[in-house]
Amino acid sequence: MSHASPKTVAVSTEPGALAYYLLEFETPDAIRSAARRVNEAGWTRWDTHTPYPIHGLDATMGVRPTVLPVIVFVCGCLGALTGLALQWWANASDPANFKFIPTFLQGYHFLISGKPYFSLPANIPVIFELTILFSAFGAVFGMLGLNFLPDLYNALFNSRRFARVTDDRFFISLDARDPRFDERKTREFAETLGAAVVEDVRHSPWTAPPQWMVHVGVVASIVALVPLALIARSWTAKSPLPRFHIVQDMDNQERYKAQMENPIFADGRATRLPAEGTVAIGELYEDTHYWYGLVDGKPAETMPERVELNEALMERGRKLFDINCSACHGYDGAAYGAIRVRADAIGNVLAVRSFYERSVMEKSVGHLFNTITNGFQTMPAYGHRVSTEDRWAIVAYVRALQRSRSASVDDLTTEERARLR
Amino acid sequence: MASIVGEVDNTMQDPRRRAPLVTGQHDAASITRSVASIAEIPVDQTPLGWYVGFGISATITAILGFAVFWLLFNGVGVWGVNNPAGWGFAIINFVFWVGIGHAGTLISAILFLFRQHWRTAINRFAEAMTIFAVICAGLFPGIHIGRVWLAFYLFPIPNQMAMWPNFRSPLLWDVFAVGTYFTVSLLFWYVGLIPDLATLRDRATNKWRKLIYGALAMGWTGSMRHWHRYERAYLILAALATPLVLSVHSVVSFDFAIAQLPGWHTTIFPPYFVAGAIFSGFGMVVTLAVPARQWCGLKHIITLRHLENMNKVILATGSMVGYAYAMEFFIAWYSGNSYEQFAFINRAMGPYAWAYWTMVSCNVISPQLFWFKAIRTSVPAMFIVSIFVNIGMWFERFVIVITSLTQDFLPSSWDYYTPTAFDWLTLLGSFGLFFTLFLLFCRFLPMVAIAEVKAIMPGAHGAHGHGHGDEHAEHAPAMEAAR
Repeated sequence: MSHASPKTVAVSTEPGALAYYLLEFETPDAIRSAARRVNEAGWTRWDTHTPYPIHGLDATMGVRPTVLPVIVFVCGCLGALTGLALQWWANASDPANFKFIPTFLQGYHFLISGKPYFSLPANIPVIFELTILFSAFGAVFGMLGLNFLPDLYNALFNSRRFARVTDDRFFISLDARDPRFDERKTREFAETLGAAVVEDVRHSPWTAPPQWMVHVGVVASIVALVPLALIARSWTAKSPLPRFHIVQDMDNQERYKAQMENPIFADGRATRLPAEGTVAIGELYEDTHYWYGLVDGKPAETMPERVELNEALMERGRKLFDINCSACHGYDGAAYGAIRVRADAIGNVLAVRSFYERSVMEKSVGHLFNTITNGFQTMPAYGHRVSTEDRWAIVAYVRALQRSRSASVDDLTTEERARLR
Repeated sequence: MASIVGEVDNTMQDPRRRAPLVTGQHDAASITRSVASIAEIPVDQTPLGWYVGFGISATITAILGFAVFWLLFNGVGVWGVNNPAGWGFAIINFVFWVGIGHAGTLISAILFLFRQHWRTAINRFAEAMTIFAVICAGLFPGIHIGRVWLAFYLFPIPNQMAMWPNFRSPLLWDVFAVGTYFTVSLLFWYVGLIPDLATLRDRATNKWRKLIYGALAMGWTGSMRHWHRYERAYLILAALATPLVLSVHSVVSFDFAIAQLPGWHTTIFPPYFVAGAIFSGFGMVVTLAVPARQWCGLKHIITLRHLENMNKVILATGSMVGYAYAMEFFIAWYSGNSYEQFAFINRAMGPYAWAYWTMVSCNVISPQLFWFKAIRTSVPAMFIVSIFVNIGMWFERFVIVITSLTQDFLPSSWDYYTPTAFDWLTLLGSFGLFFTLFLLFCRFLPMVAIAEVKAIMPGAHGAHGHGHGDEHAEHAPAMEAAR
């Protein structure tokens, strides 16, 4: 370490204003004592540059402890809250309370094996991980932000000598923007600091990027907008075409569905009939009274023999009536079901027949069975969704309802009559 | 003293003298040169060995690509998974690779917090190993779900179905734990790399290298004001990564421990998994460090003492793992639960006894050789043991996953699990991916944390510093060494 007159290097060849005086040192001790003097001289815009952090040099320079830990703490708290809120929102919130939020963002009660929706022990892992993740983001991006990195331009890199800052040399940079900076006086000051070399670093002139780069940039920016424009268009436009089916899974298979054309067979139909003269198991519908409600081709007047009238059947009939029929006919069969009420309220006409109209009262059970099975006018068919046995149960229940509105005292048993007195 | 020809033996245990962490006559400039020059070899002078290694790894990676393509094209039926063993190689490999990663974080974070300066020689490539291992690990849960195009169901992404994941499932915790782990490891690694990328930038002679390393170094000037925040950020990251690494493998163990299967449903799993992960990770670090220091001329930085220290960690964690194996048996007996007892007797003596005893020999018996200093400091011996550790730890996961799944409560549903060729190709392929990434890293990035090694050299902080040396030792660093 020689404190003798340092070697002075000729002014940098780069044109432009003076940016820094750059002082080169060879040892940690040399830069430490120089840094102390610069700090004592009251400089604010200056820095030391070293290949590795030198213990205590920051304190010597008067660098105050960084605010970074506070940033990390805040980020960590934010992470914990995010974890907590996310889990509560997605698995435990009640969408009824948040109707103003679009459906795709709404949470709901997520029931898994009867466990509580919101249970802190099960939520800790995610809260913990997000706390760490947010803190780490805070530490890294906070550090980069406070250091103003990435830095796209720094005049220091105009010095060839400065390349050794990441190898084995130590530098002090005195910034021309410091209020104490004076081209001559600062240089004199710098030369007393024991530096091996004092160099002045100048700004490089602005060089425009080559023309081709501008063209490529413009074209690339426009091309990059195309996908976004297409997405925006399909977001707003209506289309009759089916959606893109990128992943097929097993959605579209090469097979014949019912009622499709099939050239293999003479009749050209994919659906085959059973072979002539055969009956599939369970498909022998000989008992027309039971299966179709017909006796000798006419609607049956009586319940089929196979249907045993008892309390259980009536109860079954009531249950199925409430499920399938009450929406229009009403629970009491008076044609005032929920749909009818709504239709009246909005001024629509819904033709529903009351079971207590004379024409309906006079219909045979076979006729009622047929109406339930195949539908009538606006009433849809229920044959394919309510089993035969159950349809007879409904018929029995409908008959019971009708009876309830036209019963006489004679229908009661002696004991019941006695009780009424 | 036991010493390897051509190497300084710095493994002596003399409390009066600080063992040198860098051997030979070195200063900051020569450290820069010896590390950076590896990443600076011109393309036409790339050693043939690197091409051979890269060619083999890249080919194996291509096999992985084919195996994954075939899986996606045909469905998971190409694997040996069956009912009851729905978790086959995919989960075994996932846990294996995540575990490997943990040593990197341990070396970079926990040893940093404990001021173990010897970590600086190996932390960079241990961290790289972590990242590549987690990439390999992340592949498996991704492909084992069968329909990869629906993998986004794993994440809480708002969607038109208003469908959220179940946050009380350990499989979802895994997504958060492994995702956070990868992100934080990558940030930690990158932050550590910034000063060294700046070194490569400043040494770059061609335009492209200057541009690429320059962009990656983000304009780093080695400013002390920057270093001040940088060191604080690094310390905080280390303090964050330490509980993170423990949490990650605990969460991975919850995948098993929270299930009610005999052999899985035990409270010892989190600590036992963490110890196993560190054990396997150090095994992999030794496996990689031995050839890397040999071929890249880094013997003076990754010294015998570093290897010995790692072997001691392997011995310690290997013993913990052995203790856990024994304790599982003890608890099975002590619990009086016949299903639990059966599960463990079945492990040791059932149809997978071969896997169980492979695991015990590799994991419990082989590291015990490190009680002997001669073995601990013998490079070939430690290389062989480290390979055994890798094999053993893979088998540990095999034993846990397969024996419990294939023979649980209901004997009528028992079955034998046989992996198919595609299981094996995928496992092999993941090694190909790992080594491909690792070779690229060795070729283009500084393998050792240059700035950190400089900071621990004698005299690095001057006479007023922390007494690593004095002004005279500064130019004749280290090594009056052991003699």
